[in-house]
Amino acid sequence: MPASPFPYDNPLDAPDRPMRLILLLSGLMALFMAVTGPVRADETELRAVIAKFAEAKKFSDTEAVIEEIVSLGDTAAVTALNELSEGRLMVRDSDGEVFIIKGGKDPLALLDPITLEQVGTAAESELSKIKIKNSIRRMIADAVSGLTLRAKDAHIRMEAAETIFSRPDPEIIETLDGVIAEEQDTGVRQAFIEARAAAVLSSDMSDDAKIDAIDILNARGGRDVLPILTTASTSDAAAVAEAAKTAIASVEERLMFWSAGQNIWYGISLGSVLLLAAIGLAITFGVMGVINMAHGEMVMLGAYTTFVVQEFIRNSAPGLFDYSLAIALPLAFLVSGAAGLVMERGIIRFLYGRPLETLLATWGVSLVLQQAVRTIFGPTNREVGNPSWMSGSFEIGELLITTNRLWIVVFSLVVFAILLLVLKRTRFGLQMRAVTQNRPMASSMGIATPWVDAFTFALGSGIAGIAGVALSQIDNVSPNLGQGYIIDSFMVVVFGGVGNLWGTLVGALTLGVANKFLEPYAGAVLAKIFILVFIILFIQKRPRGLFALKGRSVES
Amino acid sequence: MNFTRRKLTAALAGAAFAVSSFASVATAQEDTIKVGILHSLSGTMAISETTLKDVMEMLVDEQNAKGGRLGKKLEAVVVDPASDWPLFAEKARELITGDGVDVVFGCWTSVSRKSVLPVFEELNSILFYPVQYEGEESQRNVFYTGAAPNQQAIPAVDYLMEEEGVERWVLAGTDYVYPRTTNKILEAYLKDKGVAEEDIMINYTPFGHSDWQTIVADIKAFGSAGKKTAVVSTINGDANVPFYKELGNQGIEASDIPVVAFSVGEEELAGLDTAPLVGHLAAWNYFQSVDTPENAEFIKAWKARMGEDRVTNDPMEAHYIGFNMWVKAVEKAGTTDADAVIDALPGIETPNLTGGVSTMLPNHHITKPVLIGEIQADGQFEVVSETEDLVPGDAWSDFLPESKPLKSDWVELKCGNYNTETEKCLGSSS
Repeated sequence: MPASPFPYDNPLDAPDRPMRLILLLSGLMALFMAVTGPVRADETELRAVIAKFAEAKKFSDTEAVIEEIVSLGDTAAVTALNELSEGRLMVRDSDGEVFIIKGGKDPLALLDPITLEQVGTAAESELSKIKIKNSIRRMIADAVSGLTLRAKDAHIRMEAAETIFSRPDPEIIETLDGVIAEEQDTGVRQAFIEARAAAVLSSDMSDDAKIDAIDILNARGGRDVLPILTTASTSDAAAVAEAAKTAIASVEERLMFWSAGQNIWYGISLGSVLLLAAIGLAITFGVMGVINMAHGEMVMLGAYTTFVVQEFIRNSAPGLFDYSLAIALPLAFLVSGAAGLVMERGIIRFLYGRPLETLLATWGVSLVLQQAVRTIFGPTNREVGNPSWMSGSFEIGELLITTNRLWIVVFSLVVFAILLLVLKRTRFGLQMRAVTQNRPMASSMGIATPWVDAFTFALGSGIAGIAGVALSQIDNVSPNLGQGYIIDSFMVVVFGGVGNLWGTLVGALTLGVANKFLEPYAGAVLAKIFILVFIILFIQKRPRGLFALKGRSVES
Repeated sequence: MNFTRRKLTAALAGAAFAVSSFASVATAQEDTIKVGILHSLSGTMAISETTLKDVMEMLVDEQNAKGGRLGKKLEAVVVDPASDWPLFAEKARELITGDGVDVVFGCWTSVSRKSVLPVFEELNSILFYPVQYEGEESQRNVFYTGAAPNQQAIPAVDYLMEEEGVERWVLAGTDYVYPRTTNKILEAYLKDKGVAEEDIMINYTPFGHSDWQTIVADIKAFGSAGKKTAVVSTINGDANVPFYKELGNQGIEASDIPVVAFSVGEEELAGLDTAPLVGHLAAWNYFQSVDTPENAEFIKAWKARMGEDRVTNDPMEAHYIGFNMWVKAVEKAGTTDADAVIDALPGIETPNLTGGVSTMLPNHHITKPVLIGEIQADGQFEVVSETEDLVPGDAWSDFLPESKPLKSDWVELKCGNYNTETEKCLGSSS
């Protein structure tokens, strides 16, 4: 997917923009054409070439047609090419006419490939798609970049420059010289200059020109320039090769700095996932001392709640999709919380003080829940979509930050803060702490301890459900979702110190960062083993974890 | 003490009752041919295997509608080995001795297949195994209808080399026997083709790995060395979804670094928004999008039975081929007796769903076409390359020095691992 928010220079760029706008625009276009007189001569020519797509049976035929379109140099072809790349250029089987199709459901709207006017509708079965593959997509991107160097929209010019940069072609240097002289936008101008430099290095221009180009790329830095410089460093001309090698060293030195930052970010991100998974357990296991093997399934219930909410929104109110997670959050809390409440009242309250039986019983519950979900929703993965504000990524320097991970970090910290507030600042939190620290005393003060137990367990389970909403964004929603997190959750809580929320936070982030610094050297499998070994050793030394609870309550 | 003894007697009585009821079921339904289905319906593998149970039941019903075989109706016997490898062996034994099935269709993971092999050998029954696997095996009682490495991995690599001009390779897989063996074969093959050591990066991850940030960033870094790079993925099961999500989020597009996967089919894509993945590849012997009359009919029957939104995939086609081959072999042998059917199977031909005719080979593998497909925005694949002829499955890879001289032939040589250099059969060790 193109990173730029304005990928195309036509009204089709936003698939869900109202049809009205298109009609309006095409109407305007028709008016414009009426004013400017007869159809341009080259448009008929372009139309004839585009019509040839209908006869293209093999990929090589399609490539030949694209080449012919490029040779016309008509910018009116850009839309048709982009739509071809997106798989929306189709041939009507009955008469072999080529159309851009619009809309997702039958009947599809047929648009003229050049004027973009709607000329009719057709069922999907009456149309056949013009087949393309990766190499043709690349070819189209190159062709479009050549045609859009002077496009009105700066974003499109920028994208054209980026495409040329990633696949530089010496033949474009002359054109670029002209474009650079005309370009007003400094950012785009710079991108063109860098694209030209990349093209120069793949050309047979003079060594001096190449060394200048290497300097430009060196100044740009980043991982993108490395392939170009690496190729240049194998040049026959010693001076060029030397300059390229120096530039590579300098670029890599800057990248080293960023890669450390990148590891820390990945670590924090992994840590936040661990924190989310473990924070509910920090209540049920950490505060209450219940070895809750069904904790992972509470997470899974939250994820499935998200799926149900999204499914409902997809069917009845597609416009609300971006809010689906916000709607799912309270529901997931309620669903998992209710499941926890039932579990505590039905099973766990009979087993307090018998950890082994609790372990077996909750494990049984986890299997029951898994199979129940499998029976209701089926064993296959369910699709939970990312709302638009959770898709994609942005860069800070060379640091690539994916939006969904960023939101999860923020979200986990918010959940942590809220939970801390509940425990420390509310009446319920006070009662909860009182009961877990000294049950007989709390009871004699008039606290209904059984219900505090039940709601504490429900709170922990509800938090796990909330975690499920977040995890549905990065993991797959299947009945096995919870199993993957249960070990990690216990690891974090035990490492951080049982009964201490701060311990869970520090524990999760430490393990996350340590894992991510080990991974590049040891690989994912070994990194995980090292972390486990480290925790075993650590627990030998400090059996109560990082932040041990102090005081008399610990003794009981 | 007394209590335990009572419990024991009760248990014994229960067991006796169970055995006798089994026996009575067996006598009451003597006139059916029993087809065992050994696929996990619960546990981690249920996600993939439940579909195969459903397709087998559909095939059995369809065959019964055509009048069964040898004048008898077929009867599907379903057991649930619950993704538990030792349980596969137990359930296989239960199917063969307890239920008296004549043939078993089942298993998905290689480890489950390895676990049942001794059972099938000991009790002399027949297993049809429908999933692409790492090869290096040929057993008299097993018929492999999924792809061997030369029917999937090698042609996919060839495609990337020739069509996409790939020079640098990331071999990424889940850490277990199939990816490890396949990657060993691929590494040997790539080096054979002149790819340098430093142009191959091998990476393994645990089952269900969900944090792909570092690995995807590594792949990106590996891909910025000025040579066209591709990822060959043997990542299994659930781990694929977060992997592809991370690829999409980090902006790795198929036209820059294509990923070709051997374990991702229509079923796996069903849980995924495929728009950011358009152009990534998969190599299989079947895609739902293949346009043949046989396939259209199969999909229609499947959707009518299971629902409009269900998809078909490669292992389902393998069961389709395997089941039809078995039906033909039973007809040819005139009996469901294991030895007679095993002897009748090699040479049996039956149409596959991609417009060709697959043949059972003497090495108990079959001939299949190899298709390379690109992921589309609707979760389907579009075929971009197809082998001209059907490729015969090779049990022993020619690219590993230790298996190169080995040959499997159950017709002439009566041996699954005949060493052509020492001219000796190594026996039933594998």
